[in-house]
Amino acid sequence: MTQSLVAIEGLSAISTRDGGAPVLRDVSLTLEKGEVRGLVGESGAGKSTIAKALLGILPSTVKVTGGFIRFEGRDLLAMPRRELSDLMGREITLIPQDPQTALNPARRIEAQLTDGLRLKLGMGKAAAHERALQLLDEVQIRNPERVLAAYPHELSGGMRQRILIASAFALNPKLVVADEPTTALDVTVQKEILRLIRRMQEAHGTAVIFVTHDLGVVAKICDRVTLLYAGKVIEDGATAGMLTAPKHIYTSALIAAGPRYDRPNAGLEPVPEAVFRQLRAEIGIAERRV
Amino acid sequence: MTASDLLNRLFMAVLTLMGVAVIVFCLLRIVPGDPIAMMISPSATPADIAALRAHYGLDLGLPQQFGIWFMDVLKGNFGTSISQRRDVMELIGERLPATLELAFAALVFGVLAGGVIATLGTLARRTTLDPALDFINGLFLAVPDFVWALALVLLLGVFWPVFPLSGRIDPTLSTYFHTDFYLIESLVTFKFAAFGDLIAHMVMPMLALGLPLAAIVVRTLKEALAEAMVQDYVLLARLKGMSPLRLVLQEALRNAVGPTLTLTGVQFTFMIGGTVIVERIFSYPGLGNMAIDAVINRDLPLIQGIVLTFGAIFILVNILVDLIAGWLNPRGAAHG
Ligand SMILES: Nc1ncnc2c1ncn2[C@@H]1O[C@H](COP(=O)(O)OP(=O)(O)OP(=O)(O)O)[C@@H](O)[C@H]1O
Ligand SMILES: [Mg+2]
Repeated sequence: MTQSLVAIEGLSAISTRDGGAPVLRDVSLTLEKGEVRGLVGESGAGKSTIAKALLGILPSTVKVTGGFIRFEGRDLLAMPRRELSDLMGREITLIPQDPQTALNPARRIEAQLTDGLRLKLGMGKAAAHERALQLLDEVQIRNPERVLAAYPHELSGGMRQRILIASAFALNPKLVVADEPTTALDVTVQKEILRLIRRMQEAHGTAVIFVTHDLGVVAKICDRVTLLYAGKVIEDGATAGMLTAPKHIYTSALIAAGPRYDRPNAGLEPVPEAVFRQLRAEIGIAERRV
Repeated sequence: MTASDLLNRLFMAVLTLMGVAVIVFCLLRIVPGDPIAMMISPSATPADIAALRAHYGLDLGLPQQFGIWFMDVLKGNFGTSISQRRDVMELIGERLPATLELAFAALVFGVLAGGVIATLGTLARRTTLDPALDFINGLFLAVPDFVWALALVLLLGVFWPVFPLSGRIDPTLSTYFHTDFYLIESLVTFKFAAFGDLIAHMVMPMLALGLPLAAIVVRTLKEALAEAMVQDYVLLARLKGMSPLRLVLQEALRNAVGPTLTLTGVQFTFMIGGTVIVERIFSYPGLGNMAIDAVINRDLPLIQGIVLTFGAIFILVNILVDLIAGWLNPRGAAHG
């Protein structure tokens, strides 16, 4: 068997902030080179915690209590700080959720887009500028010179997210972690951004961890999906198979609830309480956590 | 701030100063105390006193007095000091540079010291140094300028006399200055002996005025930095390999200085007020020190001149702070 790009094995974590409550329960999943994997689940399911663990930025109040994260076979959780920070931003990068807060309002786009090129690759100003123009062209931004000279507030949300995507792919990473990258955007812009991430991912051969609430988004962009509930993997498999022939009753209930199961449409069934009761019984928790 | 905004502000400033002039004039006429009584000899006859009153225009009705004074002020003539018998503008012109140099030095010290400590505290957050620093800063916040002045007199003037206790410059140096900005002049003309002596005289009053400011800068800036450091853009920059110091200085600082800048502006105007007592304690020959003499002597024209000068400084500082804030924030609006 060839080695997976990412292999999470039996990862468990607790929140010391919430009195040691489990945040991840024995989570295992793999990610192959160039593959897009969706992480879905309701709020608090642990999606962002997995994303942060992959980036080595778990908050100090979340403690890993067991398991491994292997990146190309190397144990990320046991990696020395220097090695880890060398890896992050070069081989593993992030597309953040909110383009509003992910760009520094006081710095021009050029400076922010070329930070990684200069700091990680030691590129000079001129070379970084050339590369930045190229990247903006790749994410279909017209008049790139003007955009590079602009401050974030002069650009639309969609523009900013394109820039953040360009920045995430700038160093040809092997893994991009995207934590709800379209949630903060208008529906029409969302579609473009999704298509763009897919195109960039294919062009660069990059694997993507795609965190979302939206099964419609999953259907569009993900090769495989992991469904989580209360930090536990409920179902895991190829997207098409899981959406057409779900194995778990929770998965079917979510599909029945419509693409935005967290905001059920009128006329569609919200997930019945009986399903949650069964889930809690399976996982072994007494109260539904909010 | 656009040019028309600026003109607007300047126009408002003039109106405000006129308001200040009216209030000061009225207040000074209400409070008891007669300037003439302070300057006459015991042997003066009632006729002498009446002549003096007429000489200073004090025999006229209040509205008339105000009208004459106000028209003169508009012409840039603040009248003649009753106690020193010299032109008020001239007196202020001699003293103001000393106060400006002191206040500016205290401002630079307070902002620099506060900024450095806030930065170090931000780098040291989540270590034991951080709460220790907050605790010490809390103590510093509670100590006002005149208490610092007295403590410094005891500490650096009496027990461990490293700095001269009073004055602005050692008179035995007999340096000749062309302007009243001694510190600046000695620096640009390379008179380093005089410069060193001026600095030595300035250290204690500067610390007394600057330490409270530093404490406020530390608290405000550290809070704002802590908020900025958890922003997504800082996280992204960290992932891209930016060093902790650069994260603070390049990513967080510019977005965090807004509240500190505004507060520093306010504090600076308080500090100008603080020069009155601090200059007195250190016998520093500035405007504040002269203000106390003017009040003791009921020297109405001089008091009015000094108050208007202070008022003008307050207003200019506020406009300046807004200009800098606008320049620092590319969005041109206050940070939310
Ligand atoms: N900084 C933190 N310290 C301690 N516990 C945390 C912290 N952040 C989140 N948690 C806990 O971890 C659990 C999982 O949170 P996580 O952010 O991974 O959920 P999520 O699936 O990303 O939810 P959402 O869809 O709302 O983003 C929650 O129970 C939450 O209370
Ligand atoms: Mg999340």
